[in-house]
Formats: sequence, structure tokens, C-alpha cells
Amino acid sequence: MPGPRTSVTASRVRHGLAPWGRIAGLALCALLTLGPVIWTVSTSLRTPAESFDLPPKIIPTAPTVDAYRGVFDQIDVWLYALNSTLVTALIAAGQMITAGLAGYAFARLEFRFKKPLFALVLATMMVPLQVTMVPVFLELKTMGLTDTLLGLIVPAFPTAFGTFLMRQYFLGMPKDLGEAAMIDGAGPWRVFRSVYAPLAAPGLAIVGVLAFNYHWNEFFRPLILETSTENLTLPLGLVSLQGNLGTGSISVVLAGVVLSMIPAVVVFVVGQRPLREGITSAGVNR
Amino acid sequence: MTNTEIRPVGPEPARTRRSRRNRGTGRTRKASESTAATTIRTRGTRLLAVLFLAPTVVGIVVFTVVPIVGSVVLSFFQWDVIDDPRWTGAANYREILTDSTVLVSFRNTLVFMVLAVALQLLIALVLAIAVNGRMPKWLRSVFRSAFFFPLVLSAASISVVMKYLFNQDFGPVNWLLGTVGIPSVPWLTSENGAMAAVVLAYVWQQFGFSFLLFVGGLNNIPQEVHEAASLDGASGVRKHLAITLPLLSPTLLVASVVGIINALQVFEQPYVLTAGGPGDSTRTVVMVIYETAFEQLRFGEASAVGVLLFALIMAVTALQFRLSRRYVHYQ
Repeated sequence: MPGPRTSVTASRVRHGLAPWGRIAGLALCALLTLGPVIWTVSTSLRTPAESFDLPPKIIPTAPTVDAYRGVFDQIDVWLYALNSTLVTALIAAGQMITAGLAGYAFARLEFRFKKPLFALVLATMMVPLQVTMVPVFLELKTMGLTDTLLGLIVPAFPTAFGTFLMRQYFLGMPKDLGEAAMIDGAGPWRVFRSVYAPLAAPGLAIVGVLAFNYHWNEFFRPLILETSTENLTLPLGLVSLQGNLGTGSISVVLAGVVLSMIPAVVVFVVGQRPLREGITSAGVNR
Repeated sequence: MTNTEIRPVGPEPARTRRSRRNRGTGRTRKASESTAATTIRTRGTRLLAVLFLAPTVVGIVVFTVVPIVGSVVLSFFQWDVIDDPRWTGAANYREILTDSTVLVSFRNTLVFMVLAVALQLLIALVLAIAVNGRMPKWLRSVFRSAFFFPLVLSAASISVVMKYLFNQDFGPVNWLLGTVGIPSVPWLTSENGAMAAVVLAYVWQQFGFSFLLFVGGLNNIPQEVHEAASLDGASGVRKHLAITLPLLSPTLLVASVVGIINALQVFEQPYVLTAGGPGDSTRTVVMVIYETAFEQLRFGEASAVGVLLFALIMAVTALQFRLSRRYVHYQ
């Protein structure tokens, strides 16, 4: 999202801080920000004897992947990863479909009660998950969906924020395209399918990446919903690695954390731009 | 959140009910009757709109609107899942408002919110301004990525890591502070230390969000403004206080509203890091809702606490928008 470069070009302009001082300060802050992550990765590769060494040995003297073996021995990583992947992928796909369709309707179609309906959608963004959690749990219970992955997936399909994003996205597309198609005799469905839908991919990518990121890391809903071990997702499995009194081996727990980070990091590297755009769009659209 | 669509102010043109059939040929409206949002109006449009909106609207009604109403209704009943619900009127509210754990959790959550949001906005603002200064392009993107990286990690698993980092005797945090001569801090074993640890763990993860908002907001400030200020002899810090902040105020409003709404719902960090302790010193409202509903199976009281939290979030947000009228400047 690099807009116009705001860095000062006129050399006469004075800065509060010499550029090198500023950059050194930023570098220190970046190091502090990434410190916990670096420490986690390095400790997960150390022998138990070295885990509590201070100063921490960032480069382990005898790197070992024993801790990673320990994770696979203690919890069913593959199963939890499969659950997480299934839940996250289906939610992301579902949100892209529902938000794409609803966003298009709010942006480009005319119907009664459009304004109040859109206001309703926006208003639900304000509602904290925990306020609706008990009734939603009871709804899922009557549907027989508690302790199933489906119970985690279906309620996450409607997305107020995604709908808002896609509406903005379709509003930003030129109107003449659709009008030209209509003059050529295309009906509303044809206009959507042949003209606007093919242009929607980047917007849908934002919705998909945000959904993936949020639901991959989600903790609260699965904690409430999934009671049997075979339905746990990765974050829950990790917290269970700690043991009841935090007695789990530190390297094993951290190895588990590293394993669960991998997909998030992949998404971060691949989808950094859509992620950033999705996050900033909340604040810059005015 | 406003949108970018520009509409003519005033009443919308009256909708003419068309009984004529247009047999699928999309009649475009004459320019004279077009609103700014030129939309398609044929018989097929309504049907398409209904089909397109159905999944989202039905989903929102089933999983948000009905549950909110349900929560409010449930908060007037006593229900433990085993027996039938019993209407008890305002008894739940009386009970929770005299329950010391609930009251303490509200106090903790408010203290947490003030500390966390203030720290998060301050760090994010300083870093965003610094990153926006002069530097090579690649370096700027390295910094930007670093600051926003924690945001993509799971709060639950990072809280597990933080538990080790904040360990009083062999945690790297105290070791690092020790190298600068600060004596050992009892992070997780004292009431204030635990609150501080929860705030720091939370801010570490969240500040990237505000940071990104501020970077976006700074990019929208015209460069000439800064150049003009500098030519008038304004120095760095003063320039930012007098010029950048007012111009950034809309973004500041969004960042603080979203920051506060999120902070009031904090759960993972205290749940994993301190389990609400020592004592009740880091027990938050959402933790109490979780414990009351899903550990003690007191759904009525849990709903009442949820309704109160919702009311608090609404009140704080409304107050912010009231205050913002005075302090936010739109260009």
C-alpha cells in the first residue's frame, strides 16, 4: 500500500532526529518485537540442558530436533493440523463467497430496505463474540453441532467486515462497464458474472487472507465448542502441551509453538499485501 | 466507518413501481432521474439481490441478532441446563452486581484497557512517524514487516511463550532488565507485575494493527504541509505535535475505537499467562463469562455479565464519538 512517498526529499528540511539515530532506534524496536519469536525458535532447537541458559544462546551449541519429535509423540499434531486446516480453509472459502455476493448486492443492485439492511450488517461488527456465545452455543446444541468441526465453521460464514470490504471494492469499480453490458442486453446476473466478478479477485484475496489468519489462530470458540480430543485445533493442542501445571518440557512446548506458526508465517510472506490492505482499509476509508 | 460513496444530500427520488414488463432488456434510467449511485433496475435485479444477500443476512440474523436477543432474555432467567429455565427477573443482575469477583473483573478490564490502549497507540504512533522518515525503501519495508509480524501469530500460543519469558528467576525479560541494572521483577507472582505482564504481552501482539493504521494515515497527509511547516522553521517534535497529530486525528479516532473494543474483550493473554491470578488480579470480564457459563453452567448469570459488557462497550464507543466531534479534524 505504499502511497505517495512521504519521506522528506527537500534536503533543507530539518528532522527532529538525525536519520541514523532514528534508524538505530527503529532497529532496536524491531529487534525487541522479533525477540520473542527468535528466542522461541532457538530454544526449541536447544538441548534441555541449555534451555534455561542466560544469556540465552541464540545459536544452539548442539542443535537438535528432539523437541519436535516430542511434540509429535505427545499430541496428535497431524490430526490437529488437519482440523485447523479444514476449519480455516472452509471458513475462508465460505466468507469469500458470502461477502462477495452480499458486497456486490449492496454496491451495485437496487432493492428495498438496502440502507437499513446494510446498517444492520455494520452494526453487528460492534458485537463482541462473547456476548452472543452462550445463545450460539445453545443454538448449535439444538442443531447437534456442538463438538463438531461443522459447528465451528458454519457460524463463521457471515462476515460483516468482509461484506463491508467487498462493497467498498465493488463501489470502486467503474460503473460504465456494467452499463455498457446492459445496453448490449445483458441481464443483471450476466453483468455480475461476466463484468464484475472477474475483477473481484484482489478484493476476495483480502477477505480470504484475513479470514485464514484470524481463524487459524482462533482460541475462544474452539475452547468452548470442542470437548473431545479428536476435534481440537492446533492452538488448543498447544496449550494442552503445557500440562496442567505448566510442567511440560519447555523445548517441546516451544517446538509446538513454532510448528503452529509455520502456516501463519507462510500466509504472512505470501499474503502480506492483502493482509496489510485489509487491516488498513478499516482506518483509511473515509 | 464512513464510506467513500458520494451521495446527493436530500430525499431519495420516489421509487416508481413499474408494472410493465421489461422482458429482461435492461432499461437504463434517464440521466435526469439517476441518483449518484446508478444502479440497475430490472425485474431480475430484486431477485438477484435477494439471492445474493440471503447467506449473509440469514447468517447474521441466526448467529448474531437472535443470540443478542437471546442473551438479554436469558439474563432474566436462572438456568443450569439440567432443569428448565426459571424466570427470576432482575435477580441475576442483583447477584452479579454484588459479586466481588464480577466487580473486580470489570475494574481489571477497565484498568487493562486504559493501560493497553494508551501504550499501544503511543508505541504505534512513534514508530509510524519514525518509519515514515527518510530511509532506503527496502529498510522501510523490513521495519514495517517486523512491526506487523506479531499480529499474524496466535495469541494463545504466544501467551504460552510469554509465560517463560516473564519467569522471575530464569526468564529472558528479567535477565535483559538485569543487564541494564534493573532488579528482578516478580512478573507473574505479584498483582501489579501480573497485570503489567498481561498488558505487555497484549500490546506486543497488537500494536502492529494501530501501527499499520497510522502508516496509512500518514501517507494521506500531503507532503507540502510538512515542507511548508519546515520552511516556517518548525522543528521535528513541534512539527509533529502541531501539524501531524491534528491531521492524523481521524485515524487516531479509528485506532482508539477499535483498540478499546478489542481491549475490553481480552481473554487469551490472562487465561494462558496468569489464569486470572494471582488472586483475581488479572481476571477479566470475558474470563468471568467463560467460567460462569462453561465451567459453572450458570447460563443466566453469564448472559447478564455479557449484556453488561456489551452495554459498557457501547457506552465507551458512544462517548468516544461524542468527544471526537470536538477533537477530530477532517481535512
